[in-house]
Amino acid sequence: MSLAITTRLARGRVPRFGGVIVAAVFLAVLAAAAVLPGLFTPIDPLQTEISNSLAAPSLAHPFGTDQTGRDVFSRVIHGTQHSLVIGLVATVLALVAGLVIGTIAGIAPRAVDTVLSRIIDVLMAFPELLIALLVIAILGPGESSLVIALGIASTPVYARVARIQTLVVRRSGYVRAAKTIGVHPLATVVRHVVPNTLGPLLVMATIGFGTSIAAAAGLSFLGLGSAPPTPEWGLILSEGRNFLGTAWWIAVFPGLAVTGTVIAATVFGRRLLAHRAGRTS
Amino acid sequence: MLGRLGGVVLVVWGAATLGFIVLKLIPGDPVDVMLGVQTQVSDETKDAIREDWGLNQPLLAQYFGYLGRLLGADLGQSYQLRQPVATVIAQQLPSTLQLTLLALVFALVLAAASALFARSRRTGRVVSVLELVVISSPAFWTGLVLIAVFAFGLGWFPVAETNTPRSLVLPALALALPVAGIVSQILRQGLDAAERQPFATTALARGATRSRLLTHHTLRHAATDSLTISAYLVGSLLSGAVLVETVFARPGLGRATLRAIIDRDLPVVLGIIVLAAATFAIVNLIVDVLYRVVDPRLRETS
Repeated sequence: MSLAITTRLARGRVPRFGGVIVAAVFLAVLAAAAVLPGLFTPIDPLQTEISNSLAAPSLAHPFGTDQTGRDVFSRVIHGTQHSLVIGLVATVLALVAGLVIGTIAGIAPRAVDTVLSRIIDVLMAFPELLIALLVIAILGPGESSLVIALGIASTPVYARVARIQTLVVRRSGYVRAAKTIGVHPLATVVRHVVPNTLGPLLVMATIGFGTSIAAAAGLSFLGLGSAPPTPEWGLILSEGRNFLGTAWWIAVFPGLAVTGTVIAATVFGRRLLAHRAGRTS
Repeated sequence: MLGRLGGVVLVVWGAATLGFIVLKLIPGDPVDVMLGVQTQVSDETKDAIREDWGLNQPLLAQYFGYLGRLLGADLGQSYQLRQPVATVIAQQLPSTLQLTLLALVFALVLAAASALFARSRRTGRVVSVLELVVISSPAFWTGLVLIAVFAFGLGWFPVAETNTPRSLVLPALALALPVAGIVSQILRQGLDAAERQPFATTALARGATRSRLLTHHTLRHAATDSLTISAYLVGSLLSGAVLVETVFARPGLGRATLRAIIDRDLPVVLGIIVLAAATFAIVNLIVDVLYRVVDPRLRETS
């Protein structure tokens, strides 16, 4: 799903407090699973056990086992790290690039602003997945191209918001005051403009983090991201695709993890957005 | 109107130029890409191929040649398939069009149903949770779950067919669900906003029933809101097709794109980008015109 649309939808219903708590707990558990996967499962995600392949979910294997007898629960838990890091790095990349481009467009002379804005408009006309695909076509498949591709794909949205925010801040009293007392323009940008742009961008990034994880899973599913036997959510899903008739659990559980992460990030982000807009109910 | 048409041309030109620059920046000789890694070919042959494909001309000549051919709807030749790119696209387009059009119908019907029938507080809450779930579920995963449940589990739909009308239902549904969630949310937001407007109060005061208010007044306003995301809908259906076609092993433009990317068949990638840019620009143009049809207030200001 596109980040631009998610943030637009967020203007609607504000998630209730209970939902926000559940989302926060879910994200905290994910973070814990990413840092200390051993805490959740003692089983090695790469450990094969052919005699126990395609076993249905049981107490020993809560998410069942895959075609080579690997524990799907352990693979999903260990996959958290891959998916979260990919999502996080891609989001930070987009945020920083968007902030720089947007701020430059906001303070630059009109001609530069017009050119940058036009480029942003053209890029925003494309679905993010298509831009990411194009970047991967150029860089070749792989985990690092995946991260760069996702980062580039969502940069225009951040750039647009950063630009508008910069234009607003530029006209504010304190920036004029700073100019009057002779503060260097660059210092004004660093000290006044950027801190004021960062807030809305960070809130967007909360939602963007979820979208990036889902997009990363999709691209890995297509075989353009992580390589087997990495326990990455999208990759486990694509392996599960061949066993849908006999072992639905291989494809279903990692997908639940992706969906859960997206929901949690969206709920959390919407709440932050409402909070910033000064709406509490 | 002329200015808007100019905008379409600008977007397509921008996408074509950006694509051309990017493809020329790629490290590696396109001839090597064409031949694959394992073949041993003499330098003379390579030169002949370069001559054949016009790759030895100056960059600017290549660029203008490319733009010129584009004007004649010639998208170039596929490196891998040895066919014109336009032919490749034309072969794959019908299958993708069937899929995305059916998905669009599903999405609009589902969205309208949830927006119109979930007007009470309680159903509204249930629907908004459902919306969040379908919006957040990636279409490819929804597809896998649908196959597991309805094809393998219940046996209602074929598992491996790709050319019967029945085989179209599940992929279209998988593609439609996230879009339906978004449209439904926008529609409901629009209906809520319209109901708070003075004209809604007036209509109720005059004795209009709730359903009359909906069909004659608020729905029109909500529909205008939904129009703003039409371009997004087209984009999300087309890009979702890449994933859904792979999940269901259907032929189509999405899978052709994926194959072109994996094979580094850059003319095909570029052709699809240009086609996509043109599609989005034209959809935006149509939406602009539709606005004026749906919302008379805009007609007066222009």
